[in-house]
Amino acid sequence: MHNKSLTELAADLRAGAYTSVELTQHFLDRIEKHDGSLNSFITVTADIALAQAAEADAQIAAGTAGPLTGIPMAHKDIFCTDGVKTSCGSKMLDNFISPYDATVVEKLKAAGMPMLGKTNMDEFAMGSSNETSFYGAVKNPWDTDRVPGGSSGGSAAAVAARLAPITTGSDTGGSIRQPASLTGITGIKPTYGRVSRFGMIAYASSLDQGGVFARDAADCALVLSAMSGFDEKDSTSSEEENVDFTSSLDKSLDGLRIGVPKEYFGEGLDEGVSTSIKAALEQYKALGAEIVEIELPNTGLAIPSYYVIAPAECSANLSRMDGVRYGHRCENPVDLEDMYKRSRSEGFGSEVKRRIMVGTYALSAGYYDAYYIKAQKVRRKIKEDFVKAFENVDVIMGPVAPTTAFKVGEKKDDPVSMYLSDIYTLAVNLAGLPAISVPVEPVAGLPVGLQIIGNYFDESRLLNVAHQFQQATDWHKQSPEGFGG
Amino acid sequence: MSLTAADIKKISHLARLAIDDADIEQYTENLSGILGLVEQMEAADVADIEPMANAQDATQRLRDDVVTETNHREKFQALAPVTEAGLYLVPKVLE
Repeated sequence: MHNKSLTELAADLRAGAYTSVELTQHFLDRIEKHDGSLNSFITVTADIALAQAAEADAQIAAGTAGPLTGIPMAHKDIFCTDGVKTSCGSKMLDNFISPYDATVVEKLKAAGMPMLGKTNMDEFAMGSSNETSFYGAVKNPWDTDRVPGGSSGGSAAAVAARLAPITTGSDTGGSIRQPASLTGITGIKPTYGRVSRFGMIAYASSLDQGGVFARDAADCALVLSAMSGFDEKDSTSSEEENVDFTSSLDKSLDGLRIGVPKEYFGEGLDEGVSTSIKAALEQYKALGAEIVEIELPNTGLAIPSYYVIAPAECSANLSRMDGVRYGHRCENPVDLEDMYKRSRSEGFGSEVKRRIMVGTYALSAGYYDAYYIKAQKVRRKIKEDFVKAFENVDVIMGPVAPTTAFKVGEKKDDPVSMYLSDIYTLAVNLAGLPAISVPVEPVAGLPVGLQIIGNYFDESRLLNVAHQFQQATDWHKQSPEGFGG
Repeated sequence: MSLTAADIKKISHLARLAIDDADIEQYTENLSGILGLVEQMEAADVADIEPMANAQDATQRLRDDVVTETNHREKFQALAPVTEAGLYLVPKVLE
């Protein structure tokens, strides 16, 4: 059951091959059996999942089921879930039982998907390896000595090991695409504003965007269609009309113009990864696409710009974690300032503290123009690079990450080296564009992801382009050994 | 950009974080490294470029000024470390 697509699962449920309760129990059993070595879940919600599955079975029996009814899933622990612990990977929120549902949670609940649990993540989504979690590092199912990427590392590892058919994630600088790449699954970050941010704990509000992990693009399309749409509770939610992302999956790629930025193949890119990506581009040519060399000259400025804007926004967003209304409070504070300082220092881990301090500095008197305003100007230059490129091409392709999964501990104490691994993903968030990671040929047994970047609100095309590749290849069907039974 | 221990103390105070003296050196080194990375921005020519806060240059939507939220005080306060009579309690601010 765990190697079937969502469409196959839905068909089996309707045909009565098994019930949603049986399917849900199957995944709960797999989590029980395999997650000890992965640590991909923070909370498993078996009772909730089985109750929701029973409701789904009733809907299926009554003939009122939708395309996702009865198929279990898991949420990244950044999404608020009513009555269920929502920790955001932090000691700060270890005792936080959310009093409401995020819009994404509400929508997938309404679609009839039982919730298996909440997945592990880098603390407050700050990290590229899932090692900053208060709940411990997540391991990559392809090699448990290696990281699954981050920040949505738990969500990615869970789908890669087939512990859940799909999971949600969030992507502020690559946090869906990079773990999807490192674990050999498909992950899409939609256009900024496409998926509601309401109830998704804020890291950097102008960059944060929810999305989905699945085995393949067709499954992503089904779930994204159910997750997206205007939400009046999110002040930057887009009013762009929502579409059925599955409707154009089968379109031919004949005549598709693929832009390949030369800046994405420079120094720092692993040779094996480069070879895999280039082989994928050849495959696209065979599918009728045309490769066009393009320039994104400001690519190198994405890292510095991002590491001002994201910390600045996080320092403001995380100021609400003060030990007053919810979250961790220190013991016996002597006064208000002592309470703020000790509650925050005890509640946050070191990467979160580093980013809060960088952001505080960048926003402080005398530095605001030199850092924050400058970074916002650079951000526009980066966006203009993409706008210009899309005048001439339909999609842009390149690697997601410069290397395959690195070893646990390898970059943990060196933030700058960790930040450099986000070089190909950050610019997409700064520009607010949609992008997807698609598995291509592995290097030395470790997965590699092809990044496909689309124009604004062009997710349908992204998913079509990814799906056509997956019709012609089977990299997305490979799964790590040891998680079969 | 090289920060000093005094800078770190000032920044951590502004951020309302208590940093142990033993950790100051590590933070000084890490933050200086991050700001060094950020300095690559200096070379960028941004004359006549407007700062960009939103990718589509969208502005915040406004809603009608009417009450739409319902009262969840008890549910929300159940999460608080200390409350009394419907109020959040913190250490005394004024003597």
